[in-house]
Amino acid sequence: MGILALLRRFLFGWFSRRDSIKLGLYGPPNAGKTTLANKICVDWLGEEMGQVSRVPHETREIQIKEQIKLEHKGKTLQFNLVDTPGIATKIDFEDFIKAGLPEKEAKKRAKEATKGVIDAIKWLDEMDAVIVVLDSTKDPYNQVNITILGNLAARNIPVLIAANKTDLKKANIKKVQAAFPQYPVIGISAKYGKNIDNFYSSLFKLVK
Amino acid sequence: MVMLQIVPYEEIMTLSSVGRIRKLLNLAKEDKIVLLQGRLKKEEEAELIKATMEEINEDFKGIELAVINPTVENLTGFKNFKNRVINALLGNRTGFTVIGPANIVKQIKKDPNKIELLTSEKTNQKNKRNKRRNNKKR
Repeated sequence: MGILALLRRFLFGWFSRRDSIKLGLYGPPNAGKTTLANKICVDWLGEEMGQVSRVPHETREIQIKEQIKLEHKGKTLQFNLVDTPGIATKIDFEDFIKAGLPEKEAKKRAKEATKGVIDAIKWLDEMDAVIVVLDSTKDPYNQVNITILGNLAARNIPVLIAANKTDLKKANIKKVQAAFPQYPVIGISAKYGKNIDNFYSSLFKLVK
Repeated sequence: MVMLQIVPYEEIMTLSSVGRIRKLLNLAKEDKIVLLQGRLKKEEEAELIKATMEEINEDFKGIELAVINPTVENLTGFKNFKNRVINALLGNRTGFTVIGPANIVKQIKKDPNKIELLTSEKTNQKNKRNKRRNNKKR
């Protein structure tokens, strides 16, 4: 972490605590980052943020919604929400063909997705706080999850883990908690809004 | 045939971050599974992912990556501090890192103390096809 980034974080801590902050959504592809972003935006702005899809890497560009004002139990929190493309170590256009895309479109999507991953990593330095969205039905010991969390820790960025998709039978929040005991973990279903009030409470604790 | 290349920490110790990433990525691009003694810095892991993304094309689909570090996570207090100082001075040699090309390694399943490499059926099928072709030639 550079001296400028450290200085920025110091200044953020002392002078900008109650102004708009950049709240990032990070995680592997198809964990539900954009679904959660949509839920937050619909709840507090009345409009969605981006498209969601079963085909991985639907979000291939950084998306920002500015000036979201969240009110909870008499407190107010203002932030800019940054939805990032899913971080992956491999991207195979043939997977998109299997998901039903024509070859040309699959290749284009793969190329855009690689750029999206690079952008997501570059944006790590810009974040003031991050929600790491994980699919609670999947193995949390995935190296991508560990690398994201490790990089956020190296930059001293506060982290909340949202163990998403708790509406599904295979969901296992305890496994996520056991994998990352040093972080607060909250189980949610962004799709159905399950436990979203507790999620907002945790968000306040994260940034205040 | 799957080729495994062991890289002792000494081989990357004197390299810059870019040099380390380049070396490991080049080995993976040669269809080798790399077993690195120790681990990269967190920032280097992220840079490795970025560099991998820049190189993805129709032939190279990316990598599978896993770091296993069974003992360090259990350290507390002075031992943890001592370990951090040693790592800062000499590099992190504890545990090991597995990097495999995605066209060969389909998935790396990892528990805190165990690693399972699942190789791609495509590669196995390709190998079988090549074997059949070679047998016919003979």
